[in-house]
Amino acid sequence: MAESEASRTATFAVGLASTGLDEVERQIPRDEPPPLPPNAELAVIGKSVPRQDAFAKVTGAALFTVDINLPGMLHGRILRSPLPHARLRALDLAAAARHPGVRAVLPVAQPGDSLRYFGVPVAGVAAVSAQAAEEALALIHAGFEALPFVVDLDKAREPDAPPVHDSTSAPPGNSSGFPAPAGLPLNGNVRGPALMQRGDVARGFAEAEVIVEGAYSTKVQTHCCLEPHAIVADWREDGLTVFMSTQFTAGVRHELAEAFGLPLARVRVIAGAIGGGFGSKSSLGNYGRIAVGLSRAAKAPVRIVLERQEEQMDAGNRPATWQSLRLGARKDGTLSAISLLSYGTAGVTLGAGVGGIAAALYTCPNFESAQYDVFINAAPGCAMRGPGNTPGAFGLEQAIDELAGRLALDPLALRDRIDPSPVRREERRIGAARIGWQRRHAPGAESGPVKRGLGVAQSLWPANVQTTAACEVRIMRNGSVEVLSSVQDIGTGTGTVMAQTVAEVLGLRAQDITVRIGDTDFPPGPPSYGSRATASITPPARVAAWRVLQTLFQEAAPFLGVAPEALIAHGGRILVANNPGRFMLFGDATARLHTGKISAAATRSDDYGGFRRRMPDAALALQDLGGVQFAAVAVDTETGIIRVERVVAVQDCGRPLNPKQIESQVHGGVLMGLSYALFEERLLDQHTGRMVNPDLEQYKLARPREVPDIEVVVLEEYRGQSATDAYGIAEPANIATAPAIANAVYNAIGVRLCALPMTPAAVLAALGKIPRRGELP
Amino acid sequence: MAEANTAVSEQNVPFAGAGTAETVQLMVTVNGVDRIFDAEPRTTLAEALRGTLGLTGTKIACDRGSCCACTVLRDGLPVCSCMMLAIEANGHSITTIEGLAAPTALHPVQTAFIEHDALQCGFCTPGLVMSCAALLEHNANPDQEAILDAISGHFCRCGTYPHVMTATLAAAAKMRGDDNG
Repeated sequence: MAESEASRTATFAVGLASTGLDEVERQIPRDEPPPLPPNAELAVIGKSVPRQDAFAKVTGAALFTVDINLPGMLHGRILRSPLPHARLRALDLAAAARHPGVRAVLPVAQPGDSLRYFGVPVAGVAAVSAQAAEEALALIHAGFEALPFVVDLDKAREPDAPPVHDSTSAPPGNSSGFPAPAGLPLNGNVRGPALMQRGDVARGFAEAEVIVEGAYSTKVQTHCCLEPHAIVADWREDGLTVFMSTQFTAGVRHELAEAFGLPLARVRVIAGAIGGGFGSKSSLGNYGRIAVGLSRAAKAPVRIVLERQEEQMDAGNRPATWQSLRLGARKDGTLSAISLLSYGTAGVTLGAGVGGIAAALYTCPNFESAQYDVFINAAPGCAMRGPGNTPGAFGLEQAIDELAGRLALDPLALRDRIDPSPVRREERRIGAARIGWQRRHAPGAESGPVKRGLGVAQSLWPANVQTTAACEVRIMRNGSVEVLSSVQDIGTGTGTVMAQTVAEVLGLRAQDITVRIGDTDFPPGPPSYGSRATASITPPARVAAWRVLQTLFQEAAPFLGVAPEALIAHGGRILVANNPGRFMLFGDATARLHTGKISAAATRSDDYGGFRRRMPDAALALQDLGGVQFAAVAVDTETGIIRVERVVAVQDCGRPLNPKQIESQVHGGVLMGLSYALFEERLLDQHTGRMVNPDLEQYKLARPREVPDIEVVVLEEYRGQSATDAYGIAEPANIATAPAIANAVYNAIGVRLCALPMTPAAVLAALGKIPRRGELP
Repeated sequence: MAEANTAVSEQNVPFAGAGTAETVQLMVTVNGVDRIFDAEPRTTLAEALRGTLGLTGTKIACDRGSCCACTVLRDGLPVCSCMMLAIEANGHSITTIEGLAAPTALHPVQTAFIEHDALQCGFCTPGLVMSCAALLEHNANPDQEAILDAISGHFCRCGTYPHVMTATLAAAAKMRGDDNG
């Protein structure tokens, strides 16, 4: 591509900092800054500066949505269906409306409606206190006709299973990227298949010298955000203001405008501190609509905070999956064919696939997959940290481990042969040294009741970008600097890396930058999902800061007697690049501004070099993100207890902006993966369809005592694709953990556990010491 | 954690007043200040702190004593404020996250949490800070096992535990005065 009026040629350093950098020339927009040098040459980016909101969070001053208390605010509660499948026969809200504390009632379902899962909202009430609202729920008269139901994935696939949906009620498709496109056939409760195909799989298997097959299953995991889903809706004649614990303020704003027929300009969404999301707070949600409806009816602000039981029952979950994988390979390990079949369930909705990791992680010319969604009478699933690829990796990475065993190849040597990524090759090399891979023994080789083992697995997640992400940077005459965007910080440190990015450009310290985010009055930011926020918002933050700095240079140049182009910003000064003795303090330069403030905005430009694929408002970058994780486990073959002793996580996310924050987030990914591997399972009672462990007690999770020694290594990888070259880490850090542990368990005991969670009972059953689940003794 | 408060002998402090028919009047020393307020008997301490007293730094996450996000100190000992009725705090001293820092400086545990990035979303953080601070009040030189004991009931979905561990060890060292960086 040649230079033009709009673009110019720039030279970027690319590659891994640890193994040496190359150079590449790219066309970049003329109104964007020159390439950002590698971290070693930077002052603020790449440093572990403290979180900008840490002081507020350790002192209790941070305001979460659950802490918002508006004058005259009412408390909303939701009446939920007590049956897993029912027809609503009657709904009478009159007695509830007469409760002295009640200010509004709202029917959510109408008589005649089908209610397809236990806990689906039926009606809402708003009252002057939470207790009054609770009392009013008991005054609602609702009549339900019980309908046949099914809450088990396998039973729902049987031809005579009770149908969950009919052709009109079944969701038409799922645009969130977990194979469930619109227009697929529905056969009973089974919908699909979503197909992927390349090459000639039959020929690939015919050419194979070794074939391995396996079936793997994963259970429903719930998000368990510490802050419950929460909203305060304030409907007024002149517009709607909503405080919400959400991963996407700008998206919720659009949803509200559409749902309530309001001009976008009359809807404002504010998210202060947000107590986690993990995918479950990506949209308005049924409780959000109910709160807004109640506020409109009551003419007062209404707060709805879900109770923990509601959180567990109807606030999203990671779908359950079953997958069958067949791999064909040459004796040297080269893959000749992969065939994947999956059935998963996201309850009454779609999106229970096992992702695209089997198609993308390894070189294989012949691939086919058929992925089916199965409806059951259970609350809708949604995205959760690495949707699709997390259960997908649990199958694929065990199958690859199995193949290595069959070929008598070291699992790392096999991957060196079939994994085209030079980044993961380096990650395997580093991780193997840190975990002490050379001491890995043959499966089940240790004597004694407690057997140790080592395992490895890889993660893959497509780098993706919100192309609408925007941001503004303001410099005030008094020298203060603000960065503004509707992007929210769900705990990942988004605000901090924005401050670092702006500070780097302006030659200031991160703490000099005031971060104003989580408010749709500011330029529309990206969602905090899909490991997308950093990649989307830091480039426009740097571009906007650079643009406003050019304005400051214009105003300061005459005082320094040079042209604006001769100036740089560094160390709190505006100085002459080739004569650093000539400078003004940043605050002296801003004091000479003609206006009270100067400002510039920027929207995320395309990745330099282009995108792999465009979607509405978003795009896939050219590369994948990922990592390699190693686990060391000890399995007690008498109790069945698996103890994860050590995890080494070697990850990549482009340019690391804040190593400490990345390390924190990788800890979270590893621990969520460990918890998924060993403990977590939503249990639905087959006879009543209700969740029997809807709390944080019977729903088992990894706690402090289950935490292994975790070593995090983050590569510094440059690709010259944006103004910051930074990408996300949330999902890549989660995907490889469960299969790494499973492979380590196999290495320890010589028996493969193909179903999650890997409980003590599952271990003992696999060892033949007790009957398997569902089997009679 | 909940067991700790059963060991505290109940002082026979009379209720501060009659309240209304549905409420009782309570006197609780909160962050060093005597607070007199009415509460329904069914009100938990967490609800009273967050609602009546406006101290929203204390968080409710599970509301049944299984995550410890709501941890406050009653007479210096950590308790789950969601598992204690407000009337059980009558006549006692309660310290919340808002009252932990000295007027001019953060508590060393708070400083260490910032320096070691021992928080992410921050919702479980006040409870963890309170438990770790309470530990250091009673054990100036805790090992990893002692810290695990102190935080074993806490739940953090973001996975801050490793950094909570390093932060608490660092805070203990600083409080002992043998902080060599």
